[in-house]
Amino acid sequence: MSVKKIEEKDFKEVINNKEKKVLVDCYADWCGPCRMLSPIIDELASEIDSCEFYKLNVDDAEEVSREYGIMSIPTVLIFKDGKEVAKSIGLKTKEELKEIIEK
Amino acid sequence: MYDIIIIGAGPAGLTAALYARRANKKVLVLEAKSYGGQIINASNVENYPGIPNISGFDLATNMYNQVKELDTEIKFETALHIDEDKKVTTNKGTYQAKAIILATGAENRKLNIPKEEEFVGKGVSYCATCDGNFFKNKVVAVVGGGNTALEDAIYLSNIAKKVYLIHRRDNFRGESRYLSDIKKKDNIEIILNSNITKLNGEDKIESIEVTDKDNNTKEISISGLFIAVGQSPKNEIFANLIKINDYGYIESEDGVHTNIEGIYVAGDTRVKTLRQLTTAVSDGSIAATTAIKELRRDE
Repeated sequence: MSVKKIEEKDFKEVINNKEKKVLVDCYADWCGPCRMLSPIIDELASEIDSCEFYKLNVDDAEEVSREYGIMSIPTVLIFKDGKEVAKSIGLKTKEELKEIIEK
Repeated sequence: MYDIIIIGAGPAGLTAALYARRANKKVLVLEAKSYGGQIINASNVENYPGIPNISGFDLATNMYNQVKELDTEIKFETALHIDEDKKVTTNKGTYQAKAIILATGAENRKLNIPKEEEFVGKGVSYCATCDGNFFKNKVVAVVGGGNTALEDAIYLSNIAKKVYLIHRRDNFRGESRYLSDIKKKDNIEIILNSNITKLNGEDKIESIEVTDKDNNTKEISISGLFIAVGQSPKNEIFANLIKINDYGYIESEDGVHTNIEGIYVAGDTRVKTLRQLTTAVSDGSIAATTAIKELRRDE
């Protein structure tokens, strides 16, 4: 699976997934650590089938940022049945993220 | 057996790898997190000669790719121990070299008060330009007394409703031109001779307790706390072997040799007067060429 870019208006629909976990990588283009994390998310998406992967540009998603208390990026949100089950803030290694997703 | 193991893939470590590979040495670079070091947080680098403007991420990625193209072995593993025989133990294995270059860099210094770690990304930040935009029209505080703290306060004053600038001494170490800019801003309030002694909040920061030199405390409601109290190195794991100073920086008389023969130091992690990209890459090239020369002498 690959990572799909979404817009704020798609957010609610995307996270309400009854079958799989959903990961949303909240990023911005100007954020160095986000660009560092991006290829790691791509790799995870190609390896893990039990989760869907999305990217959301927070510069165009003020509502979501407010609702989910995003105060630093990259922030990775993980949802199950539409509920936030994990939040990872900052640049992480592939192993660390894998552990968070599979927990 | 490697000729040189380089610990750290920031600008110093990558430059050392570049020089060592161009001299055809067998090199292993170990990096605990991601390549690039602190520079990846810089949205614009404008003081690297020959490149008028580049993002820190792009510059770091160029350095990384340049080194990778020379078939350099780079492993993302955390060094846990080194010994006098140049054996390096990581979280995944043990590697033997003839020489080691320590280029472990530095990271943001913490206030070391309770809840600080817990609130990172939940109102506590070490990078105003990275996270400032999430605090539009909010009340924030900056703590520190150097240029970074002053720059952060000015930057945030254009985004936030109000900025408290808190410093433990009675005057700022930072440049006076920043200070005069700050005095022109009516939404920056300066609090001197004071320390932040407590962070309050449930699942995010809501207020701070500030204590002045006469031990008077007051609570200030804020949504964001930007910590700009300098950098600190991470050299505890080498302390059994390598001489480090009271602040954790590696001591070196000539800026390249450590107290152990065949173990060299480069970049922000050593005692030095100026910690910049330019001095880091300078250190990296000197450490590699010195190591190569001394390996040759021993052969």
